[in-house]
Amino acid sequence: MMEVYLDNNATTMVDPLVFEEMKPFLTKIYGNPNSLHRFGSGTHPKMLEALDYLYEGINAHDNDDIIITGNATESNNMVIKGIWIDKILNGDKNHIITTEVEHPAITATLKFLETQGVNVTYLPVNEEGVLEAHTVRAYIKDETALVTVMWANNETGKIFPIEEIGEICREMNVPFHTDATQAIGKITVDVQKCNVDYLSFSAHKFHGPKGIGGLYVKKGYELTPLFHGGEQMAGKRAGTVDVASMVGMGLAMKLATQGSAIEYEQTVVKGYRDQLEAAILEIPETIVIGGKDNRTPNTTLISIRGVEGESMLWDLNQKGIGASTGSACASESLEANPVMNAFGSDSELAHTGVRLSLSRFNTQEEVDYAIDVIKTAVLRLRHISSSYAYAPESHDSQL
Amino acid sequence: MAKGDLVSGSIWDEYSNNVIRRMDDPLHQGEITEERAKELNTKLIIADFGAESCGDAVRLYWAVNEETNVIEESKFKSFGCGTAIASSDVMAELCMGKTVDEAVKITNIDVEFALRDNADTPAVPPQKMHCSVMAYDVIKKAAAEYKGVDMESFESEVMVCECARVSLGTIQEVIRINDLTTIEQITDYTKAGAFCKSCIKPGGHEDREWYLVDILKDTRLEMASDKLKNAADASQNGEATFDTMTIVQRIKAVDAILDTDIRPMLVMDGGNMEIIDIKDNSPHYDIYIRYLGACNGCDSGSTGTLYAIESVLKDKVDENIRILPI
Repeated sequence: MMEVYLDNNATTMVDPLVFEEMKPFLTKIYGNPNSLHRFGSGTHPKMLEALDYLYEGINAHDNDDIIITGNATESNNMVIKGIWIDKILNGDKNHIITTEVEHPAITATLKFLETQGVNVTYLPVNEEGVLEAHTVRAYIKDETALVTVMWANNETGKIFPIEEIGEICREMNVPFHTDATQAIGKITVDVQKCNVDYLSFSAHKFHGPKGIGGLYVKKGYELTPLFHGGEQMAGKRAGTVDVASMVGMGLAMKLATQGSAIEYEQTVVKGYRDQLEAAILEIPETIVIGGKDNRTPNTTLISIRGVEGESMLWDLNQKGIGASTGSACASESLEANPVMNAFGSDSELAHTGVRLSLSRFNTQEEVDYAIDVIKTAVLRLRHISSSYAYAPESHDSQL
Repeated sequence: MAKGDLVSGSIWDEYSNNVIRRMDDPLHQGEITEERAKELNTKLIIADFGAESCGDAVRLYWAVNEETNVIEESKFKSFGCGTAIASSDVMAELCMGKTVDEAVKITNIDVEFALRDNADTPAVPPQKMHCSVMAYDVIKKAAAEYKGVDMESFESEVMVCECARVSLGTIQEVIRINDLTTIEQITDYTKAGAFCKSCIKPGGHEDREWYLVDILKDTRLEMASDKLKNAADASQNGEATFDTMTIVQRIKAVDAILDTDIRPMLVMDGGNMEIIDIKDNSPHYDIYIRYLGACNGCDSGSTGTLYAIESVLKDKVDENIRILPI
């Protein structure tokens, strides 16, 4: 059976080139980078090279920091809790602005701060699931310590107006953080052009290893660290650096951002995504949630009427295809994800959304296979379905 | 339990083979047409039930023999996840050959049990138990339609937890009998709240009429008020012991003895005393007192007088009393 991975917004395959690059640092050059001897210092050239790729990947200035962390969740926690300690507990601010569709790494952290007395504003998104930049301006006040808005949404792939929000934050003198986890390697990410002060990312979303990520901090915006300990990362994030993963992340960033990488995403990967989407949209009563405009090129979130999301994933999985759904049924907590709720929890959309997210490793053959499997699954599940089968207008359709 | 919780995303790993088989190929999926029902000389019943929280919906078809009330054929359609489809399938199967009255007795617990591969292993993970409840509800709906009654009439008790079928009365009773103080204890004793967790507190998977947090709070309040009432009754009947008394009753009891046995002596010497506080210091009861007038500063206050006060109270009130002058 063919296996097709269409869940690249959850995580990605490690690029074989990245894996090769990592190997020596696990078995040969395995010294602690803080050690003076050759085993330790031998790691330095590749670590510095990795930093170069990371800085170039998001167009960071050499005077700024990119702190190596465990993942974007840690980076997000570091910014939010650092702001809390420095600007709220030890300062005169007491307000943070975000959106209602952020990843739990942002939302749960802010919910925790709320229990500690911090005021948090969760800005609503429009009917396409996107925050409109002018909304931010209306909510910034003297007490606002931070604005944090995702660069691209994990479920819909919708791209947020980061440049405009960055401009507003600069104008109103409020630090601006963006979680760019879903943007890196899919679209151009430029911290200088977009006036970003803090930016989080995770290597495993762009074909690097899991367990490593980064936090960009603009010069002058340094924060109290989350981890105290040794002097790694200039004391800004203690803990022995996972050298192999850092080197892997560096190369993964290079492969995802340099040369024609973004162009490949915007043409070939987008082409596959569009083919998949077009084929599903040929089926009656299907829609792209959030609309087709302004999305990361690899992502589509489609609602197929009468087909509950988890049952769709089940059928796809039985045929070797990995995908994802925002349906509450498929989550351990039985709670729908925030984007689905933002589109209205009463609507059938919340239960029928299937997310397909591609990568540069998908092939035309895989796309063709996936289209066949999806059509068969829709036919079977609509046949069983109560909410579709007796909708009279559907009875003429073969699907 | 903790170790097993650390790796998440295991919902599908916990499905029984029976659930998987029925999801992949439901045996009783489909509809019963009017023609088919007539052919069988039966009455066609069609019942719809939807769970608003998940958007899941099920439609149940019965062909019922009106002379014997036996369900001769039973089929379903379902919009829902794998567990919802598998539960509906087994539910339709369990109905077949039963009378309508027998079918109403099929609960979601029977449905889940029928989906097991072996008697000891649950067919679905806890949060998916919820899906089988819909199967139970649609049976009641179909039976109500057939008998021309209200579906509520099949449920004599208020169900707080539908997944584990635990009634309001049961929950109140275990709280009282076992002196439970936390939701975790209620779940340990009854399994209520162990599955989809909706009944624990508002804001869960679906809205409920009753929540464990409220039931616990109200029952504890009732218990506290009952305790006070019992203490008052006991005191009235002269059956009160110091350990069951309220603080006010304790002060009164101690003061009464002081008035009759101690204070007259102190007053004769131009002094007096007052109770400052009574504290539980298991196994002792520490009574803090202050001497007034001539007693204040008198040497005997920490020797003879103190001993006299303590022994009278030990004798007449409770042997664990200790007197602490401040």
